[in-house]
Amino acid sequence: MTIEELSDIQEQEQARQQKLANRIYCCTAAGCVSCGADRVRQSLHAEVKKAGLQEQVEVCGSGCMGLCSQGPLVRSAADDALYGHVSPEEAAALVSGNPVDRQLLAGKRIDTTAPFFALQHKIVLANSGVMDPEILNDYIAVGGYQALAHAVTELSPPEVIEEIKQSGLRGRGGAGYPTGLKWELVAKQSSQIKYVVCNADEGDPGAFMDRSVLEGDPHRVLEGMALAGYAVGAQQGYIYVRGEYGLAIQRLQTAIKQAERADLLGNRVLGTGFQFRVDLRIGAGAFVCGEETALIASIEGKRGQPRQRPPYPPESGLWERPTLINNVETFANIPPIIAKGGEWFASIGTAGSKGTKVFALAGKIVNTGLIEAPMGASLRTIIFDIGGGIPDGGRFKAAQTGGPSGGCIPEQFLDVPVDYESLAKIGSIMGSGGLIVMDESSDMVDVARFFMEFCMDESCGKCIPCRVGTVQMHDILARMTRGEGTPADLDMLEQLCTLLRETSLCGLGQTAPNPVLSTLRFFRHEYDAKLAASRGGAQ
Amino acid sequence: MSVKTLTIDGKMVTGIAGETIFNVAWNSGVRIPRLCHVGGVSDVGACRLCLVEIEGQKKLMASCMTNVEEGMVVRTNTERLQSHRRLILELLFAERNHICAVCVMNGQCELQDMAEELGMDHVRMRYLFPKLEVDTSHERFGLDHNRCILCTRCVRVCDEVEGAHTWDLKGRGVNSLIIADLGEPWGQSDTCTSCGKCVQVCPTGALFSKGRTVGEMRKDRRFLKYIVTAREKHQWIR
Repeated sequence: MTIEELSDIQEQEQARQQKLANRIYCCTAAGCVSCGADRVRQSLHAEVKKAGLQEQVEVCGSGCMGLCSQGPLVRSAADDALYGHVSPEEAAALVSGNPVDRQLLAGKRIDTTAPFFALQHKIVLANSGVMDPEILNDYIAVGGYQALAHAVTELSPPEVIEEIKQSGLRGRGGAGYPTGLKWELVAKQSSQIKYVVCNADEGDPGAFMDRSVLEGDPHRVLEGMALAGYAVGAQQGYIYVRGEYGLAIQRLQTAIKQAERADLLGNRVLGTGFQFRVDLRIGAGAFVCGEETALIASIEGKRGQPRQRPPYPPESGLWERPTLINNVETFANIPPIIAKGGEWFASIGTAGSKGTKVFALAGKIVNTGLIEAPMGASLRTIIFDIGGGIPDGGRFKAAQTGGPSGGCIPEQFLDVPVDYESLAKIGSIMGSGGLIVMDESSDMVDVARFFMEFCMDESCGKCIPCRVGTVQMHDILARMTRGEGTPADLDMLEQLCTLLRETSLCGLGQTAPNPVLSTLRFFRHEYDAKLAASRGGAQ
Repeated sequence: MSVKTLTIDGKMVTGIAGETIFNVAWNSGVRIPRLCHVGGVSDVGACRLCLVEIEGQKKLMASCMTNVEEGMVVRTNTERLQSHRRLILELLFAERNHICAVCVMNGQCELQDMAEELGMDHVRMRYLFPKLEVDTSHERFGLDHNRCILCTRCVRVCDEVEGAHTWDLKGRGVNSLIIADLGEPWGQSDTCTSCGKCVQVCPTGALFSKGRTVGEMRKDRRFLKYIVTAREKHQWIR
């Protein structure tokens, strides 16, 4: 495919879609599929056939539309209506253009002007609900691969990097390293062979942002990687995706094949001299493989264990070559930045954190699902306005961000803007975007114990502090929750927190104490109450 | 070869570019504690005992994995490092069943020496007391998982010096175990050459020669230096 052909396909596909009387988007992300979206889609197809409307009404899939708690979700494009909890029996009413039939569905229609939709700002998830992730032409119709076409024909690699630097984009994997700087580091290396790696080993409990992006818009990630390859001078990319994400793997495989066939990836990208191939590497279920050096070892076919940095991957990574590693969401932000310019992106968000962030809302919250909010929105906005607050009249107690590496944020910080700096100041981290809301029924010592159990199970066992320290910390926390703790235990727990933070080899061990430290900081009274109770029991 | 001048514990020392802080320190008489390091094979920075403070860096660095730089100011034995090292040893002693009184290496064991040297005389946490097996299927040697500290010296010496790669790890976290080949009994391993290098480098009584009783096992590490010198410098000297 050449650049001219790309534009032709875009116009033709847009025109074709406009001629249709209706296009019905049925959510095909894992959340909706697990509650029966496939059957809804099948019966929609059957109804279209029965009504003889194949030429006028098209049924297609769509990426995650956000409100996962109300799945299966179906969107009808003609009247821009979104329906929740759709059952296969309602397919006829959805297919029919008759307003009387539609009236039957009125109760299931979701108000898209509600704060859940109105307060979101979609960049990464912009295409979810308006295109089918399994059809390449759909992605091209919404402007897909235009950024890549623009870059390879009109921009030099340093200009692409300059644009990313200007945008102020920071890594969405959790640490928030400036993306433009990382790209520049790799670009400056003199090696002939370089690699681009997409980290899709999303493993935090309660997080599913990257999965939804891969399932709902795989081509966007491929385009972002190709742009990175062009900018840093790499010809090979790898996507390291966790084995549990079957649907995402399948969508990626389809997308890679489509893109290769259309010369959007491969030896002659868009008919130019730029070449870039992407291969999948599937993880075998180790959380630590999200750590970049362990991820590299795993791609190389070795045991997934981290090694000490430096050298950092931009200098010596995959097979000791300069390697650029970014997270799924980071790559998904690249095409719009190149298409609309770094300045546009930098106009969204706060001084230090630009753009938007996708959050997976989970726990005690009304609107469980996927949202995208501009950086700097307060936790209150995210949890109470977009998320709809706590169900069953419950009272907010804490929000956990950043998974097992993050911390719990208590009520007094609800108005803190959510950006990298502010969260770090209150002892948590942005993390990859998992946000677990807890109400008063949560026992904070048990929350700390839960995350410690996770770290204990996921420790690779290479370094002693993490391998044995997590076991001992879990042992202490478990005894405390059972009311068997002693003050000496609490003292040892704090000593181990410091030990793990300062001496562990990789990020997993270094950040494993964070949930304990933050609950100790804000909910120390709960620990004290447990100790008092166990003393009482002993008497 | 460029020479780097640095300060280790207040002492001016020199090293060659590419040398680790650990090597330079030992060569100039500063003994940094270690368990996973053994001269002659690659380093992994796993035991975390050799962590040092480097001025201007927030993080503690494993000295066996960090190269010397010009003007570096390194501290190897501060109060903080000592207390971290003792706690790491406590974790190790609590992890498996290290009962010195009935160990073939009693009195010769590096783990024991380390505890003595660093002043770790009691364990303040719960012993895990895992139930682990002893593999005595090999004709000449035995493997006692109860005494293994997972330093992976055996794995590295077998792979890098003998070239057999009989040893590897299975499982993860506290459930990691050293395995021969794909988890067979040692005696049935197809790759093992029975050279005994792993036994000689093992810091504890986890790998031992059969027929030795409590405190009788002596290990000889000079062979490794001999092989490495022979390989790298083509000098066959003891």
